Formats: sequence, structure tokens, C-alpha cells
Amino acid sequence: MKLGLFIPCYINQYYPSVGIATYKLLKKLGYEVEYPNEQTCCGQPLANAGYERYTKDAVEHFNHVFDNYEIVVAPSASCVLFIKEQLEHFINKKRRIMELSEFLISHGELKQLNKPFPKKVGILQSCHGLRGLQLGNPSELMENRRSNLIELLQHVKDLELVELNRPDDCCGFGGTFSIKEADLSVKMGQDRLDDFIKSGAEVVTSTDISCLMHLEGIIMKRKLRLEVKHFAEILMPS
Amino acid sequence: MNGHPEAANHFLRDEPRTNWHDETLWWVRKKRDKAAGEVKDWERLRELASQIKEKALSDLAKNLLEFEKNAQANGIKIHWACDAEEHNNIVLTLLQKRGVSQMIKSKSMLTEECALNPFLENHGIEVIDTDLGERIIQWMEQTPSHIVMPAIHLKKKEIGKIFAEKLDIPESDDAQLLTETARQHLRGYFLHSRVALTGVNFAVADSGAFVVCTNEGNADMGVHLADTHIACMGIEKLLPKTENLGVFLRLLARSATGQPITAYTSHFKKPEKGKEIHLILVDNGRSAILGKPDFWKALKCIRCGACMNTCPVFRKTGGHSYESTIPGPIGAILSPHYDSEKYKSLPFASSLCGSCSAVCPVKIDIDKQLYTWRQLLTKDGSNLMASQLGKLLRRNNWFDNLGTIFSKLQKRLPGVAKRFLKAYTAERNLPEVPHETFKRWYKKNHEQ
Repeated sequence: MKLGLFIPCYINQYYPSVGIATYKLLKKLGYEVEYPNEQTCCGQPLANAGYERYTKDAVEHFNHVFDNYEIVVAPSASCVLFIKEQLEHFINKKRRIMELSEFLISHGELKQLNKPFPKKVGILQSCHGLRGLQLGNPSELMENRRSNLIELLQHVKDLELVELNRPDDCCGFGGTFSIKEADLSVKMGQDRLDDFIKSGAEVVTSTDISCLMHLEGIIMKRKLRLEVKHFAEILMPS
Repeated sequence: MNGHPEAANHFLRDEPRTNWHDETLWWVRKKRDKAAGEVKDWERLRELASQIKEKALSDLAKNLLEFEKNAQANGIKIHWACDAEEHNNIVLTLLQKRGVSQMIKSKSMLTEECALNPFLENHGIEVIDTDLGERIIQWMEQTPSHIVMPAIHLKKKEIGKIFAEKLDIPESDDAQLLTETARQHLRGYFLHSRVALTGVNFAVADSGAFVVCTNEGNADMGVHLADTHIACMGIEKLLPKTENLGVFLRLLARSATGQPITAYTSHFKKPEKGKEIHLILVDNGRSAILGKPDFWKALKCIRCGACMNTCPVFRKTGGHSYESTIPGPIGAILSPHYDSEKYKSLPFASSLCGSCSAVCPVKIDIDKQLYTWRQLLTKDGSNLMASQLGKLLRRNNWFDNLGTIFSKLQKRLPGVAKRFLKAYTAERNLPEVPHETFKRWYKKNHEQ
């Protein structure tokens, strides 16, 4: 099976290490992976700002670029959720586009991953991953608890998962929200970070590096003793 | 920027208070979680409630006529009000006919929506809110900051201060003492008021009865002592069958405050001998919302306030930051129907985290409606930057270097982009730009 690798724009530009870890991880698990060079942004930032109508080009472009792949995998829940919905909305097309943890759990042989990660790790549940793609179930729902990330990270040797006071409160990124409501966005981020610090976490991980980019920005500004890592970088350390 | 961001920043300036407000509402959310978790099949109950409401709204015209017929047969007088003005005039006429200059009132968000209190006061009628939170708000000349806990934004000390000022008692923050003082203060009004007004939580078409849920007993004391009970309800509150109440009463209090049921759940079916019940059915924009395919499901709302308690924006910026009668996520999707210019910032006052939709006992697609509102609110006037950006997104070579270009040109960006950047980086750093993009790395490495 040949996988199409979708590396969202901010990962391409700012966090190439996440793309590299994702690529290497999938290769190590034995998949044939291709990164179509023509890919661009899915258009989510525009749409969330209220300009969905200008994203049709980007969505059609995406569809064209990934047309040859039965399954598309991406290390970003937010972009996956968006592009899935928009493909249906604009061109009435259902495609198998999977967020990385989703793909790994349904296809991966994770026993091969035996690199230790001797740190205390807290999970930042991305809202679009959790409530949108259902990569777990949020605390609002009265269902048995489940989380893709917990399932994946418990295989990692020496990694200790910490318990948070508020396991899935939003970090406050929200794309354009982080600009339109900048002070509130930072306050939400700071409050999440306080929760991680109190829980003893050394590393904050997530399915979405966009949320982590926002938190990392606050960590840097306030010189906090925390680091952020996409979970692919934990499963596949460089 | 104006609207919500400005009000939010004002609230955020007092960080200890922000933290206190956030913790207080989170505590209510936790109580809700505990209460909901104790009900077997909670998620099925939500689904059932959602379906009952969607069916009820689809048959609303038929249900309303059935309700009217049955209620009238029970001896309840029915009034129809197409908007706030009609509603207020109906109440005023009822009061004037009885020659009263004073009315007691229990909690009703609908009368807040219709601005009934100032209307009656302008016509020389004194309104006494008997819900403790509402009474405090009324004294302070404020509006409720939350639909279930109207004075949740106030600290005990501030409440003690207003009690001291209004009731001439020594300042105190002893909740028990303050509540007892309020009881004694309100008792006189209860005993002498000839008209009592209440809201309505549910009305039932097949019985012509309606239900009022309270915790303080003030609604019951008011209507049982008065000769005339005026009940005001939005038309969306109607349920088709009595048995439906078993679903909604189990959801309402648990979602609102984490109680299994409100202390008082009073069913009103017919007036006592020699007394009258008048029920006003108010549209005020509801049937217009019902006609909008993307938005009609918001009318399923049972006003539990759970979306407010769970919302990080509400918790950290307070209900008043929405500057609308119904605040929080549900307010942000309802208010723009009434004035899309005034409330245009509200659908953007959300990170679209979706917690509201997941906690909602009737499964309203709140986050989806927030997103849809954004698309509509940007429709007026074209946005050249957004449309150009849309075109650029598919142009690969340009796109690849966007981050690098952006970082290098930070100091020479056009006005709008500079403002955005400034807002983002005031309290946050941008990530460092790595030496190569993923695309370049892939080109170099994937063949090996």
C-alpha cells in the first residue's frame, strides 16, 4: 500500500522535524510513503477566519495532488478534519485521509518501536483531534475513556504519562482566534501550561503541533521549564 | 478591535479575579460531570432529547395550537406576542387592568430578552425580582452574567456590601446571614403582591400544562400568594407530550448545576378557584430562526447554561463580555440573529474547541454554527487580502517560501499583517525558522 504523506504548511515551514519523524516512522513500519511535491496549505486559516469561500482552489488542488493515493496520512488532526470536511463540502468527495495516530492504531505494528523516552510526558488533547476526529473521547461525554495518544505512548519504554487536572481543556490557539483574541488566547495557554507544570510534566505532546507552537511561544517568552514535541518525535526520535 | 475582545481584555486585566471566575465555573462543570456520570445511558438520554426537540420544532405550529386548545380548556388564558414590544404591552395591560403598581417576578431570561423591567418601570410599575441572584443584580443595576447563576460574577464581599447599602445591615460575607436577610426582606413583597410573573421551563401540548423549575421556591411562593400568575415563555419551549418531561427534567438540573433535579419542579395546569393564570407565548425572532436551515437547531436549547460553564472563553472573560442577554456559546449563535452588526464579534470569540456541543444536553451543533456565522459575517464587502491569499494557497513555489519570506520581512510587512503579528507576539514568541523546510529535506533524502 502506497501512502500519500500530507505535511501541513506550518510543519513544512516551522517544524520540519515533525514531518521527518512521521516519514521515518511510516517507513520503519514498512510502508511505501510518498510526499507529493506539489502540495500546499489546506486553507483552514482562511476558512476559520470566515473566508471559506476563498479556499475552494486550495481544496481542489489538494484533491488533485493526492488523487493517486488510496490513503493520505498527516501528522495534524486539525488539518485532516478540515480537509475531509471541505472535500465533501466543495466536491462531494469522501477520501481516506487519516491523522497519524488514527493510521497507526488501525494499521501499525508498534511493537517494533522500542526506543526509550525517559521523560514525564503530559498529553495536550487537540480539540479538533479529540472532539472532531474522535481520536479519543472528551471528558464531556459519559463513555469509557479512550485516547489514541495514551494507547500509543504506553508502548514507549521509560516514558511516564502524567495526570492532568483538566485533561482536555482547550489550549487557546484556535488559529485566527490567537490573533483576534490574543490576550485571552495567551491566558488560556498559560493556564494549560500551569496544569502541565503542576502535574510534573517535562514534555507536552499532542497530535497537533499548531497547538504546541502556541504553547511553545509562551514557554519561550516566559522561560518556562517545559518542552513541546509532536508524538511522532517521541515514537521516532531523531 | 472592539466588541468581545475589548470587553474580554478588560476582564482579563484582573488576573486573580479571572482565575477565581474560571475555577468557580469549572467546579460547576465538574459537578455536572459527576451527576451526568451517575445516570445510566446519559448519552442515549441526550440523543433522545435532541430527537424529541427536533421533532417538536418541526411540528411547532401544530403543537402550539394543540397546547393553546388544551390550556384554554384548563382555564389558562393564552396570549400571543410576536415580539418583545407586544409581550411587554400584554404584561402592562394585565397589570393596569388590576390597578397594581407593583409586581413580583421570579427568574425569566425571556423577560430579560424583552427588557421588561425597564419598560414597566418607565410606566410607573415597580418590579421586584425575587430570585436572590436576580435581586442582587437588580440592586446593582446590572444584567445577569449567566442564565442560570445570574450573579456568579460577584464575590460574597461585594454582595455583602450591596446588602448593607440597600437593607441597612452591617456589612457581612456570611452567606447564611445574607440569605436569611433576603428572605425577610422579600417576604413582605410576597405577602402583598397581587400579581406574580414567572418564566416557563417547559410547556406540554397534550396536557396544556407548564413547568417551572427553581431552587429557591420563590416562584411558587409568589404565584400561590398572588391572585394573578403571568407566565412568559418562548414558543420553542413547547414539548409534545407529558412523558417527554421524564427525559428533559433528568437532563436539565444535572446539566445546569449538577443537581439530580431542581429543588422545586412545579407543574401548573389550571388556576385555583378565584385566581387567574395568563400565559404569554412569545415569538420575538424565533420563527425566523426556525426557517434557517443552518441555525434552527439552536432553538432546541433548554437554557441549562452547561455550554457556559464548560467554555474556556466564558470562564475566563465572564458573561458580561458578550454584551448580550444570552451570553456564552449559545448566546454567540443566537444574538447575531437579532443584530448582526452589534454582535459580529461573538462568533469569533471562540477557539472552536467544541466543548459546548459535547456538553449540550440536547446536542446543539454550537461550534458548527459559530463557524457558519463567521462565513456570513464576513460576506459584506470583499476582502482583497483573503481572496488573494486563497489564490496563493495553490501556488506551490510561492507557498513553499512563505514562512521564510514572512520571517525575513517581519519588519516590512503591510499594515494589517503587522498588526496581526504584533498581536500574536506580544506575549508569545514565534517559532524559530529551521535551516530547511521539510520539502527540501525530502528532496535530498527520500531517494536514499
